[in-house]
Amino acid sequence: MKSEDRILLAHGSGGRLSRELVESVFGKIMSNPILDRMDDAATLKLEGRLAFTIDSHVVSPIFFPGGDIGRLSLTGTVNDLAMMGAIPLYISAGFIIEEGFRLRDLEIIAGSLQAAALEAAVQVVAGDTKVVGRGAADGIFITTCGLGSIPQGIMLSGSGAIPGDQIIVSGTIGDHGAAILSHREGIEFDAELKSDCAPLGALVGAMIEASPNIHVLRDPTRGGVAATLNEIAYASGVDIEINEEKIPYRSEVRGTCELLGLDPLILANEGKLVAFVAGSDSEIVLETMRKHTFGSEATVIGMVQNQASSRPRVYARTLLGSRRIISMPTGEQLPRIC
Amino acid sequence: MCLAIPAKIIEINNQMANVEVGGVSRQASVILLPDASPGNYVLMHAGFAISLVDEEEALETIKLFEQLAAGQ
Amino acid sequence: MSLPFLDEFRQGAHLRALMEKLNERAGELARPVRIMEVCGTHTMAISRHGIRQALPESIQLISGPGCPVCVTANADIDRFLEISLIPGVIVTTFGDMLRVPGTRMGLAQARGNGAQVQIVYSTLDALKIARENPDAAVVFFGVGFETTAPTVAATMIEAHENGIDNFLVLSAHKVVPPALEALCNTPGLAVDAFLCPGHVSAIIGPEAYEPVADAFGIPCVIAGFEPADILQSMIMICDQMTSGRAEVELQYTRGVRPGGNPAAMAIMQKVFQPADAEWRGLGTIPASGLAIREEFSAHDAAQRYDVDVSYSREPAGCLCGAILTGIKTPRDCPLFDKGCTPDHPIGPCMVSSEGACSAYHQYEI
Repeated sequence: MKSEDRILLAHGSGGRLSRELVESVFGKIMSNPILDRMDDAATLKLEGRLAFTIDSHVVSPIFFPGGDIGRLSLTGTVNDLAMMGAIPLYISAGFIIEEGFRLRDLEIIAGSLQAAALEAAVQVVAGDTKVVGRGAADGIFITTCGLGSIPQGIMLSGSGAIPGDQIIVSGTIGDHGAAILSHREGIEFDAELKSDCAPLGALVGAMIEASPNIHVLRDPTRGGVAATLNEIAYASGVDIEINEEKIPYRSEVRGTCELLGLDPLILANEGKLVAFVAGSDSEIVLETMRKHTFGSEATVIGMVQNQASSRPRVYARTLLGSRRIISMPTGEQLPRIC
Repeated sequence: MCLAIPAKIIEINNQMANVEVGGVSRQASVILLPDASPGNYVLMHAGFAISLVDEEEALETIKLFEQLAAGQ
Repeated sequence: MSLPFLDEFRQGAHLRALMEKLNERAGELARPVRIMEVCGTHTMAISRHGIRQALPESIQLISGPGCPVCVTANADIDRFLEISLIPGVIVTTFGDMLRVPGTRMGLAQARGNGAQVQIVYSTLDALKIARENPDAAVVFFGVGFETTAPTVAATMIEAHENGIDNFLVLSAHKVVPPALEALCNTPGLAVDAFLCPGHVSAIIGPEAYEPVADAFGIPCVIAGFEPADILQSMIMICDQMTSGRAEVELQYTRGVRPGGNPAAMAIMQKVFQPADAEWRGLGTIPASGLAIREEFSAHDAAQRYDVDVSYSREPAGCLCGAILTGIKTPRDCPLFDKGCTPDHPIGPCMVSSEGACSAYHQYEI
């Protein structure tokens, strides 16, 4: 197949073209002993408690500064495993491709998925490809499943936050969401903005090793930090207070949000985590995180308090010293002029 | 009712300016602000510069805040 | 990197000092004051920075009719929705409008039903869509006040001069001063002072509020949108109240010039002429809308598409009207946070992020 070629319906038919595509793209790029067997299912040997997850990726644009849908679909799933304290091990990937999609683009996407897999020390062990007619999908959709093993004694859950926990973010907030917005049709602008899209397994491994008193880990993807904190407050039955002055942002993200009238707290992140850590251990966890590439800008943004009213709340301490509510974000992110 | 933010004009070509906010740049029309020139800060609303930011007045206001804060 | 002319007006130390001074001034007031922030962007900023929660008891902020999404009558929204369903039409609008419910449906549902809807950041983006789709009619829903109307007018002039005949505008624009006067004449209205919109004033100039201050004896302070601006403006209002003055004062000196922006006004007036307009909550106000002039009628979507919206009605039980005039607060509404939430808005004040109900719900509930 030549790189100017395009994906045809026949590539998903199960016939000769399908095989050619699987062999020349996925088999070649993602080659590993388990995948190379090309059996109906991968056979794996695993012990202990496992974490198992699935995530579908439908990002537009498909290529964005700092990554593409391939990298995103790998890191998204790996990070979901890592947030449970699991060591990510195996990935399966399902590709739904729109007829007419450029083969060269598919190769690039598969390549960055594989590069991210190497970075995250996981193997892609199973895959599937379907081709749908023009208009039935927007370019390419990728669904990935992930399996990871949970070390003994690790018990992380969104319901584990307790009053007194310090809340740490691993770095600047909103980078991915802003980078995507900057390339969205109709609102294009130029900025040195890159998605933060990165696998966090190694960072989490180091954190868990440093402290047995990490209660919650979450990656604030869709809905951003605002959604994540609300979810945790609800699941744990606690109030959360963060300090607005402490939240780290890149100036380009702030500029983007000022321009478009958006709140950076609701922008998606793809390479950041929020950790709830017992107060006594927050320093050691922070120190550990800062030694790591993906945690070098980690900082404490707030703490957990007792639930004070009829429902769990997330508050921000404003610059003025007053408190405002951070509510669960609703609907899609739209630029506003008003 | 009207979000407008201070943006710096980098250059102007044919009534379209390249403006910058916190490292983010975008095109904005200066047709509503014929006096705008590169280096000026303007208030940008919905892709149009609608008013010049008077830097002297801004500094005056900031000075007032500083005095107020220092007096306490 | 800092954001010049924004960050300086958000300094914690300055804000606390301003707050202390405001507390001092509020202590000198003979009676509690009710300040209406006319502008929705002020409502947003006030909520966003937790200003309402930090105020002394003698100062009450109430949200006024300055959210274009909120005051746009259902009939105008329904007209736009009907147009969106006409084959061959691409409708474009600002993100603020996407979730607004009309009588039968909202724009998001219309999109689900096959309408081609494009959210734009600027009218120039809508014009670009018209250029790129010569076979489609591209209709822009023009909402907003004097800040926005000149940008729409400038785009229409460009379309007109360049023969881009498939660019049309449905104008539901409104102007502020007549609404303020109508508001002052509303029975039951208890407003002691107006926090006036900084960016509208950048276009129309501070002089536009003088009739309101003179005829109704209500202090008007034109405010910027950063927390320091808003606090300083409230101090200025307190000073006026204490000294018994009712004047137009300018706090937002860096953004507003005497006389406003004459070039923008001229462009707006070239395309639009005053017309009576229906405001949700305020009813029909003479000369408070902007209709497209005859010269530009080829770009007037209301003229090209004769759609029937006789079914239009306002949502039942919703207090948006009274909330927009400041007579009621969002908490007074029986639907607030019950049937009407940002996820499932019933009234427009819950839809627009700067709507009083949505701002309350997001930041203050």
